[in-house]
Formats: sequence, C-alpha cells, structure tokens
Amino acid sequence: MKKAIITVVGKDAVGIIARVCTYLSAQHVNILDISQTITGGYFNMMMVIDLTESLVSFSALQEGLSAEGAEIGVIVHCQLEDIFTKMHRI
Amino acid sequence: MINTYEVLETNRMIAEENLDVRTITMGISLLDCADSDPDALCGKIYRKVTEKAARLVSVGEAIAHEYGIPIVNKRISVTPIALVGAAACKTPEDFVRVAETLDRAAKQVGVNFLGGFSAIVSKGMTPADERLIRAIPEALARTEYVCSSVNVGSTRTGIDMDAVRLMGETVKETALLTADRDSIGCAKLVVFCNAPDDNPFMAGAFHGVTEGDTVIHVGVSGPGVVKAALTQAHGLGFEDLCETVKKTAFKITRVGQLVAKEASERLGVPFGIIDLSLAPTPAIGDSVADILKEMGLEQPGAPGTTAALALLNDQVKKGGIMASSSVGGLSGAFIPVSEDRGMIEAAECGALTLEKLEAMTCVCSVGLDMIAIPGDTEASSIAGIIADEMAIGMINQKTTAVRVIPAAGKKVGDRVSFGGLLGYAPVMAVNRFSCGEFIARKGRIPAPVHSFKN
Repeated sequence: MKKAIITVVGKDAVGIIARVCTYLSAQHVNILDISQTITGGYFNMMMVIDLTESLVSFSALQEGLSAEGAEIGVIVHCQLEDIFTKMHRI
Repeated sequence: MINTYEVLETNRMIAEENLDVRTITMGISLLDCADSDPDALCGKIYRKVTEKAARLVSVGEAIAHEYGIPIVNKRISVTPIALVGAAACKTPEDFVRVAETLDRAAKQVGVNFLGGFSAIVSKGMTPADERLIRAIPEALARTEYVCSSVNVGSTRTGIDMDAVRLMGETVKETALLTADRDSIGCAKLVVFCNAPDDNPFMAGAFHGVTEGDTVIHVGVSGPGVVKAALTQAHGLGFEDLCETVKKTAFKITRVGQLVAKEASERLGVPFGIIDLSLAPTPAIGDSVADILKEMGLEQPGAPGTTAALALLNDQVKKGGIMASSSVGGLSGAFIPVSEDRGMIEAAECGALTLEKLEAMTCVCSVGLDMIAIPGDTEASSIAGIIADEMAIGMINQKTTAVRVIPAAGKKVGDRVSFGGLLGYAPVMAVNRFSCGEFIARKGRIPAPVHSFKN
C-alpha cells in the first residue's frame, strides 16, 4: 500500500473537510485516517490516504489538492508518508 | 500510525527551520574516457557525463516535490582529471580545454556545480599533476560550474611541500584572474589533506578511484533544526544538550537516507554514502554559529568555542551514524565564514580571527573555509596557511582543507560578495610575519609516527 499524508492549515470555514474528501473520492483515493483540531480559529487537519487505486498520478493529485485548497483559502500539502515514518519511527 | 504532532514537527522543520537535503551528488568515473588525443578525450568525457547524469536534476526535483523536502543542489563529481587527462594533456592549456568540456556538460544536464578538476599529490606530483595545477587559475576563470581541489598531504604519506608552495601561488593567481568578480575563482578551489573519495560537498568533491562507475551520495544539512531544538535546552546539563543534538541529527539524517535510497533506485545508480554535515547557508536561521551561540557563547570565537564545536561535531556523528546505512564524506559541522551569517557577524565584530578558526578546524570538518584575506597576502604566506592546516589533518588523522580568497585589491575590513550560497565575507587579517624561507624549502614533510600519541 502506498500511503501519503495530507495536511490542511488555514482559517476555519464551513465545508473544508467535505471539499477535500469530495476531491479525493473523485480520484478514487481512500482515506485511512483523519484527525483535526481548531486552535484560535485556525483549522488544522491531517489525513492519511491510500494511493493504490488513485486515478491520477501523485503529482497531479498534489496539484489538484492545492488548487482545491486555494479556492477555499486554506493551504493543502500532500507528501508521501515515508518522510514522516522514517524521521519518527526506528 | 504517524500522528499529527509528528507530521507538524517535520513540516515545521522544513518550513521554518530550513531543513533540507543539501545535495544529491552523482559520482561518475571518467577513467574509461582516457585517451591520448585531447579531442577524443573531451568528446568521451562530454558523452559520459551527459548520459549518466541526464536524469539527475529531474529525478531530484520529483523526489523533492513528492516528499515535500527541498533538495537544494544537484551536483556531479568526477574522477580527478589529472589522472583522466594524464595521457592527452601535454600542456596546461589542454587541461583548461577539459575543464571547459566539463563546464558544458554540467550546463547541459542542469547541475549547479561539477567537482573533480583535481589532483591527488599527497606524496609527489607527476608532470600531469603539475600541469593540471598550473591550469587551475585559467580553468576556474573560464568556467562557471567547475570546481577544483588538490590533495597535498595525508596521514600515511606526509605533506608534499612542493605542491603546497605551488598551491599558494595557484590560489593567488586564481584570485587575480577573477579579480573582476571578487576573486570568486578561489571559492571553487580547495586544498586538502586526507581528502575523502566520496565527498558530495563542493568545492572539494571528486569521485575517487576507489569508487565504482557511478554512485549517488547525499549531503544532509539542517543547522537551523539543531538550533531550534537547542532553544528548548537552555540551562540544561551537557548530557541533555548532547542528547538533544543527537536526536535531532538522527531525524535529519533519516530524511537524507530516504532521499538517497529513492534517488539511487529511480536513477538505477548504487547508493554510496550519506555525508552527515551541518552545512550552513547565508540564509537567516541556517547557521552553525547560531548553534554555538545557543549553547551559551556570546559569539563564535569566544573562549569555549573549540569545546562547544567538538561537542556539536561528535554528537552529530553519533546521532547520524545510526540513521544511515553508510556514512562517509566529510561528515561533521562546517564552519565556512562567508556562507554562515553568524560567522560573518563574528568575524565583523572581531570575535573570530584566522587563528581561532584554525583551532576550531582541529575538532570539526573541514578546515579554513571561505575566508577572505587581503589581496596583497604573499603567495608564501598563503602556502604557510595551507601547510599549517595540512599539518593539523596529517597529525590528527582527519580531513582538513583550505579555501581562502586573497581578494584582489581588497584590504582588512573590506567586504567581498559572491552571491547565492557562497555568500559574502569581511576580509580578515593574516599574521604579517613572513614564512618565506620555510616555504621555499624543497621536498616533503615526512609521514608522522603512528604511535606515541600525545
């Protein structure tokens, strides 16, 4: 399974999760885990996704997600999971 | 599964603390390009470099994008050209042509430096070695991407003082030939003792003859991350200080290892080594000097600096070695002056002198690095500075290097500016007393005793 981590940071608004999830669903990307917090009006979300069935290339998915984010005023990053697991797990 | 805190920590290191992979360097052996005809030699070199490294930059960029980690430089190191060109290059001008060929190849594949216009002369110079060294000033003046290094000594062989003397003159001439650009040629010229065969960092990278045909080395960095971690360690004991540096170095190196493995796999080139170096840049917050200040020094150069640097260097290695399958290169903290904003400040306010920098090089990689000195410094004095630094490397069984810039037309207090990663530096004072008679002696300093260590 090839996994990636999505992080969404920005001012809280209605429908941020819905927007990201709808986009992922359209690309056949499965969501494995979501966690989110709001601190001082700022929305902070992390999502673990499975890229195995994705209809588009990883770089297209990255661009698509940041374009979706830009439309609703949040910053969306999508990175392959390895950079986090290698750094934080022995 | 990974948690939010860990994800945010990694991304903060990248976004705010300048965590990056400093360089992916592809080592390419040019031994099979040797030919007795200079034209044929240049043709073979151009073809091999451009074929082997054709995808280096695009693969580096793809990895950076997918993992969200900047990979600042994509570079190439080649077999020391004094060996490759020995049969073909009958004059220094022939070697300059090879340098120009390498420059064109580097430009073609889009890398920002290519190292290996080098000679390994730790015991003596062949006529080809000498021709290459005499070609260095012109080669560096006429090319943009080529870097040059000369290894003039080692713990096993001693120091070739004829080469040291010649390098003093070469450094000076290189400065003069690039006088219109603040003597930038000297920023691309390193004199080594105990040069490693697998160093990915410029200007001293070359692909040693002990290496395979092609190989991928990665240089990690991250002084900003170490500094940020140490802000949490104020007032704590040395045990906690060391533990903090070690853990941070581990994390940084794991990222380097990941990038190295990916690059090696995607390019179909074997992975060589990770170079565990804290390499600063002139950017704010990307400074080794700031780490020393965070440890409790008012300025680098203050009493205690050598001890603090020794601690830092050793803990970086201890943390990094466990994080990588294979460590090599220079591996340690770099203390270049012009490439580190904190070091520049320390030199400008008088905290840091050439002599203190020399002491610091005894405990860290790599040597007197990116230091501007007055343009009227005698060639023999430059050779003396080189000889001192080589002696430190020879006796202490470590790599040492000298990359000084006798900035043409400049005097103490003036400033030279190279731009980009090479930064800017105040011109520092050199001891005004002569070593001319010592340097004029012919021959070499013999290899040291390997016992009775005191």
